[in-house]
Amino acid sequence: MPLLQVVDVDCRYGQDTVVHNASLHVRKGGFVSLLGPSGCGKTTILRAIAGFEPVHRGEIRLRGETVAAPGHSVPPERRRLGMVFQDYTLFPHLDVASNITFGLRDRSAAEQQRTAHSLLELVGLAGYAARYPHELSGGQQQRVALARAIAPGPDLLLMDEPFSSLDTDMRERLGIEVRQILAERDVTGILVTHDQLEAFASSEQVGVMHDGRILQWDSPYNLYHEPANRTVADFIGQGRFLRGSLLAPNALETEIGLIRGDRAYGWPRGTTVDVLVRPDDVLPDEASELRCAITNKAFKGAEILYTLKLPTGTELLSLFPSHHEHQVGDSVGVRLAPRHLVLFRADRAS
Amino acid sequence: MIDTALHPARIERTADADTLRISGAWITASLVDLEPQLAAIEAGPNTLEAADLIALDTGGALALRSLLDRLRDGRGEVVVQGLREEYRELLALVDARLSDFVCPLPEKGPGTLERIGRTSFDLVDDVVGLFAFIGEISATLLVTLRHPVRLRWREIVDTLHTAGVNALPIIGLLSFLIGIVIAYQGGVQLRTYGANIFVVELVSLTLVRELAPVMAAVIVAGRTGSAYAAQIGTMQVNEEVDALRTLGISPLEMLVLPKLFGLMIALPLLTMFADVLGIFGGMVMAAAVLDVSFQQFFARLPEVVSARHFLIGIGKAPVFALLIAAVGCYQGFRVRGDADSVGRQTTVSVVQGIFLVIVVDAAFSILFSWMGI
Repeated sequence: MPLLQVVDVDCRYGQDTVVHNASLHVRKGGFVSLLGPSGCGKTTILRAIAGFEPVHRGEIRLRGETVAAPGHSVPPERRRLGMVFQDYTLFPHLDVASNITFGLRDRSAAEQQRTAHSLLELVGLAGYAARYPHELSGGQQQRVALARAIAPGPDLLLMDEPFSSLDTDMRERLGIEVRQILAERDVTGILVTHDQLEAFASSEQVGVMHDGRILQWDSPYNLYHEPANRTVADFIGQGRFLRGSLLAPNALETEIGLIRGDRAYGWPRGTTVDVLVRPDDVLPDEASELRCAITNKAFKGAEILYTLKLPTGTELLSLFPSHHEHQVGDSVGVRLAPRHLVLFRADRAS
Repeated sequence: MIDTALHPARIERTADADTLRISGAWITASLVDLEPQLAAIEAGPNTLEAADLIALDTGGALALRSLLDRLRDGRGEVVVQGLREEYRELLALVDARLSDFVCPLPEKGPGTLERIGRTSFDLVDDVVGLFAFIGEISATLLVTLRHPVRLRWREIVDTLHTAGVNALPIIGLLSFLIGIVIAYQGGVQLRTYGANIFVVELVSLTLVRELAPVMAAVIVAGRTGSAYAAQIGTMQVNEEVDALRTLGISPLEMLVLPKLFGLMIALPLLTMFADVLGIFGGMVMAAAVLDVSFQQFFARLPEVVSARHFLIGIGKAPVFALLIAAVGCYQGFRVRGDADSVGRQTTVSVVQGIFLVIVVDAAFSILFSWMGI
């Protein structure tokens, strides 16, 4: 039985429905993310799971027990779950050790001290027990908040954009660390974020949300390579669409010629389709007849992201290995090698 | 500058029923003249003769656009003849930008009746919410009383200090002054009848039964009730309350009960202090203006102030304390979103606190007179 089941849940603020028909299952010990732009309802789902928002339709089951349904809600303090907030929310008048043991007031002093000690070691802050929150950096405060949240021993930890106030480097590192820490304690994690790299780096499953709906619930690999619809394809990773016409179930004619893929689509021959072209599908090939002008260039260290303009005016993105150094305005030869053929019908919205 | 009197903007019919002629300066200044002419135009003509147009600005172009729209009115195109090239360009520009100029009408606010209705609903919501909150506190209280160890005694002592001890100077000073005022204002009247000695009853009974409990409560509502609302409100904004709850701690138990207990102990003590200082003020005034010496005052005091009066006054204090703490905390928990809301709910907590104290005091008066005490 999954640890957490969210079944057909709607949430409302006043008359506005901000979450539509959300369903998700999380197994014990898993680590999943809800990913989406701000205002898409991901935080609302998380707060409904925590018990801060009522559900308007559907139900939420935790450990097999219904904790939320219309007109029924188990208060957050009785759901036995931990939560980490965006702004750390440490108690400012308490030192680090007291913050961590705050949820352990019923235990003996010796046990509290032991827990604080071992958790501080776990989050890499041994020796900081007597510091106060304002004496710590953002990353350190968030580690303390994490330790505080898992101190009472919850089996589910909710994280609401926990790393968004940290710099990019720290964000990814802490994301992976958190997953290890949770795995070590057998705690299930749900992360809410707008940063796809953060979600991809840490999660086994990611739900992409848009306008209050979960559009696709899948592994990061599938989200990137096999998006279920155009919105997901647009939001995840970078990429551009090329218009074309279906010739065979696995081939289409585009402005740059024939593209053949490994996947078959059952639409009639001649259907107008858009093919998704990811930056890693466009490879440099000086021998190629297809030549494009470089209109933009972004150095990314190991790779360079070029924006290319096809002779017909359509733009493509391409990741070249770092030593393929060209200037904006240069003409380069490229070859299209889509690993998966991801097509959407041009005459349908999704 | 074009003189609109010399070149009036005109829309004229021609001999041909299918053709209209426009002439003069179609500029913003001439819109006043154009409006009635435009209103009189009906669909029909399909040709517009514009050779006599001598000026056109964006205002005029808009008028021209609406003229064309009127002529079209669901039929085919209207041919515009003789329009100069630069005017044609301006007209095209206005056409292209027209959609940007659409400004929505301000939404009509709700009517008086609707506002009264909404306000009433909000009020009922607030009252029901407060009662529900007091109910929740009571339920938590029962649970906590079974495990008194879980009560946060340190916080209670802290509340006694901040809400009680720190309020002594202000409450003492104000009671003293009130004692003086009552003794003086009432004493002057008593002196006319030579009944100076009755100032003892006047000062001690009004203070002990009514003024000291109410005044202490009003000051505490302003000082402490607002502080509770602000403290809990700020925690609410910072998500600290949410953090508490996910740690398995009930905010009622953690934040509200210690404040409630602390205040229910502090306010009766403050009331007693106000009694003493107020009567002392009355005594000073009586000695100074009414020739009632301290000895006389003291001798009479136990005769007129029985334990019953004293207990009635003190007995009201815990009820007031309960109301003030409940309203303060309740408004704190109602804070949503930003710091603005903290300020708003804090104000509301003071107003409601004072209001409730006075209403409940009146209710007590009625109850006591009905019971004959």
